[in-house]
Amino acid sequence: MQFGILVNEGPYTHQASDTAYLFARTAIEKGHKVPRVFFYHDGVNNSTRLATPPQDDRNVSARWSNLAEEHGIDLVVCVAAAQRRGINDDVLAPGFRISGLGQLVEMGIQYDRLVTFGD
Amino acid sequence: MSDMDEMDDGSGVVKKFMFLNRKAPHGTVYALEGLEVVLITAAFDQDVSMVFTDDGVFQLMKGIDTKGIEVKDFSKTYRALEGYDIEKLYVDQASMDARGLTEDDLIVDVTVLSVDEMANLMAEQDVVISF
Repeated sequence: MQFGILVNEGPYTHQASDTAYLFARTAIEKGHKVPRVFFYHDGVNNSTRLATPPQDDRNVSARWSNLAEEHGIDLVVCVAAAQRRGINDDVLAPGFRISGLGQLVEMGIQYDRLVTFGD
Repeated sequence: MSDMDEMDDGSGVVKKFMFLNRKAPHGTVYALEGLEVVLITAAFDQDVSMVFTDDGVFQLMKGIDTKGIEVKDFSKTYRALEGYDIEKLYVDQASMDARGLTEDDLIVDVTVLSVDEMANLMAEQDVVISF
């Protein structure tokens, strides 16, 4: 099955990004496909490479980058939501790209399921 | 805005998208940014429904004035939805009752549904996105 994933909350404050990551990783392990993850609302804050969490904690953005590199996942950050929150190409972690909401709608049209992680 | 131009993902597939609006309009950004997704989805010629439930019913209230709280007033957008062929607007009866609201308090024409009717409508959808 092809899953599209929508992440609506930022890292660390809220579990949404962690749960989305674990869901995506597990779905892939079980033989499903996760071609794209879309980041909206404060979810765009998951895409910054400037975050430096303590060594003994997970690094949320780096974890997404690694998963994307291993499995060819398209990590898309909404441009309008990103501009509001100071996220631009200069701060993006590897594997993330900035694009429009059309990329979210496409997931709903093309994939078997669209799963939302948010508040 | 170029995002608002007619869009096509190339597949010609039309799916039923439901947008579930659960939050008051200005306490969080969800209503404002959620509307953007609704408009883009309509631009992709999809079958769009909007549901207002819980505090989401406050998004449609008449007489919203945001001057005092210095945030953008986007309530006019709801009245413009018809222009984007978004005409399926539903509100939850119990949410209206709990907040002392009737259809006369709302800025647009809506269909009021019971919980059971809402559940049936949701079951018919291909994609449900909740804000």
